[in-house]
Amino acid sequence: MRRVLFTVLSLWLAFGSARAQSATQLRFCLRSEPKTFNPLLVEEDSSDTVRYLTGGVLVRLNRKTQKLEPGLATDWKVSRDGRTIAFTLRPGLKFSDGTSFSAADVAYTVQQMMEPSLHSPIGDTFRSGEGATESKILAADKVAISFPAPVAGLDRLFDQVAIMSASSAKKEMAVLGPYYVSENHAGSYLMLERNPNYWRQDAAGRPLPYIDSIRLDIQQNRDLELLRLERGEIDLVNSIDPEYYEKLVKEKPALAHDAGPSLDSEHMWFNQVPTAAISDYKKAWFQSANFRRAVSEAINRQDLARIAFRGHARPAVGIVSPANQFWFNDKLRPHPFDQKSALQRLQKDGFRLHDGVLRDVNGHVVEFSIITNAGNRYRERMATMIQQDLAGVGMKVNVVTLDFPSLIERITRTFTYEACLLGLVNTDLDPASVMNVWLSSAENHQWSPGEKKPATAWEAEIDRLMRAQASTLDDHRRKQYFDRVQEIAWEQEPFIYLVTKNALSAISTSLSNAQPVVLRPQVFWNVDELKLAPEVAATR
Amino acid sequence: MRRARQLATVFLLLVALASAAAGFLAPSGYAHQFRDTPDASPSRQHWLGTDDLGRDRFARLLYGTRVSLCLAPAAALLSSLLAALIGGVAGFCGGRLEQLVLAGTDLFLSLPWLFLLITIRALLPLNLPPVTSVVITFMLLGCLGWAVAARVICSDAHLLRNCDFILLARASGLGGWRLLVRHLLPNLMPIVYAQFWLSIPIFILTEANLGILGLGVSEPLPSWGTLLRDLESCSSMSHLWQFAPLLLLIAAVSCFHLLVVDREFPA
Repeated sequence: MRRVLFTVLSLWLAFGSARAQSATQLRFCLRSEPKTFNPLLVEEDSSDTVRYLTGGVLVRLNRKTQKLEPGLATDWKVSRDGRTIAFTLRPGLKFSDGTSFSAADVAYTVQQMMEPSLHSPIGDTFRSGEGATESKILAADKVAISFPAPVAGLDRLFDQVAIMSASSAKKEMAVLGPYYVSENHAGSYLMLERNPNYWRQDAAGRPLPYIDSIRLDIQQNRDLELLRLERGEIDLVNSIDPEYYEKLVKEKPALAHDAGPSLDSEHMWFNQVPTAAISDYKKAWFQSANFRRAVSEAINRQDLARIAFRGHARPAVGIVSPANQFWFNDKLRPHPFDQKSALQRLQKDGFRLHDGVLRDVNGHVVEFSIITNAGNRYRERMATMIQQDLAGVGMKVNVVTLDFPSLIERITRTFTYEACLLGLVNTDLDPASVMNVWLSSAENHQWSPGEKKPATAWEAEIDRLMRAQASTLDDHRRKQYFDRVQEIAWEQEPFIYLVTKNALSAISTSLSNAQPVVLRPQVFWNVDELKLAPEVAATR
Repeated sequence: MRRARQLATVFLLLVALASAAAGFLAPSGYAHQFRDTPDASPSRQHWLGTDDLGRDRFARLLYGTRVSLCLAPAAALLSSLLAALIGGVAGFCGGRLEQLVLAGTDLFLSLPWLFLLITIRALLPLNLPPVTSVVITFMLLGCLGWAVAARVICSDAHLLRNCDFILLARASGLGGWRLLVRHLLPNLMPIVYAQFWLSIPIFILTEANLGILGLGVSEPLPSWGTLLRDLESCSSMSHLWQFAPLLLLIAAVSCFHLLVVDREFPA
């Protein structure tokens, strides 16, 4: 009897330790606590990370190839008028809690997303006109969704829509993605466990994901985050600053990864709001394309990228980053640093340089202020460098750093500023995502928000082209329209694009299959294919 | 202790002289960006190396010292005068006026200083030259920094009001402003003097804090506050010369404290 018990105990221990050895846990940090687990209400980075790791989507944008791939839907078709999209769903799928997945869940998710009282940010991207959105269940695995007006890039938008269960008692906690939220220790950490019902398999037929669980620690301090990576306590940092990157390259170069130009850019613009409380002669400068082009040519972008960003940025070209492979207009080049050409442009408008001081046609000294947000060292450095560059053409620039709320108040409500230096974070590749910036009536048309009618002929032309690209389904025609928008923006420079930042990340050497890319989430976009070295698994 | 005080005075004088001769000692200037040599180590051309934009650290330290060392005492003087006026008059008059002033002072002390400064700084016109901006910043510090000193002075004035020599002066028919100016204020001077010396390092540190928040002196003008921001960068530990502004700040503040602690005030 004793011998039998001993054998059973030994077997149980051996089995247990084998299980423990095979259990793998990926660890990384969130900068703040997720504000919501409802995928339709996601607004900030942390919630977006949880949505990406847990949410199942009908179509997935492959972050590397930048092409759409089947997800929960095996096939999809957008109607000719761009208002309807029909999906054929993958059969036999289940949510993490075992509830079956069907077309009814897609219809439920869309209905929830478009519910005006929910104020879903992702729902807003689908709103193209007045009227109701209809979901028609054609079969258990077929659903068609009709919008009141054509939606540009309709299929790509579904990359952000995590499907929710219409019938599960767990509501949004029942998911179709590779992981589900198993524990939430508010303010401390979040545990995600492998979804046993996840549909993807690898080429050999093994179920994905490879890693059993993910621990997301809430960690605001970036120094500590990097220190923990170096100690091996976490496995990746999705996005790091150039200074941290440089530090990592010196200390542990194998961890540092530079994926090249990202979609994020830094730019400056002049206040062209007609009612702004600034002198009329300054308004006249700012409304002159020659003045804006001269300022642009007088700024040394190479130096900005090399010094302010320690070489981890590129001189920016325009609206679209070269990282956006399809939509970038590759005929355009960054504006060259040429102060002679800048002075010639200024002379065309009657400006004169005398004793190092530039004066306009009426003798006013050219002096203006650039505001930027306090505490952002990269922007402060850029502003100081621009100050010296523009001094080279006789312009006097005062750099003012303001706390962020004051700055936003000035650029969106009071318009009491002259020039502003800020950055633009792009998460979407499609031109539809910048409609809210480039339409003259848009609130984010920052140099002159919410124009009742286009203030200039070139703005009217951009309006026409943006509307044309939004109402066309043929991507090549859309690109022709959008290429022209990029050319006009390059010529007129209402935004003076300065640099495109590189996508920098840090990845532990024990993590394999990681292929950092420029699109968010840069490192864990293929989370279901990531693998951890067995020795790391054994220590956790 | 007396020797330490002498050394502190000599040190502060040397620092003040060096900053006054900044143009001669560091001819490259505080604003010029040597863009081919950012973050350079100390050399003959740049005694303390260059900062992340290629500006000469030694020149910036000297000019920054000039800014902080000139304007912090000016702000301290302003706040001490305000404190003497408000606290002295309240303590001397006593009664409801004293209660009112003390209540007002308590209210002023309860205000979140930093946010108040940030708000006021954000309301200022944008097109200010850096020198005007720094003068305004220190003036704001002076105007907002009187409350603690006023409470101390008020308490002292309250005690003095009941002293025999004041009662004698009153009995002799002296009253009002003449009593205040001739008898009370001279006797309050030691405490005002002490408050002045104590305020200088406080204002230097406050400006440094505002500088760290990016809300102090505007670029390209340096101050000790803006220079301390360089220590935020990751590579600071490997570039020990970057700590020069911090060491100078600690030394200067310690010297000011030595001058205050050991000073024998005439009673």
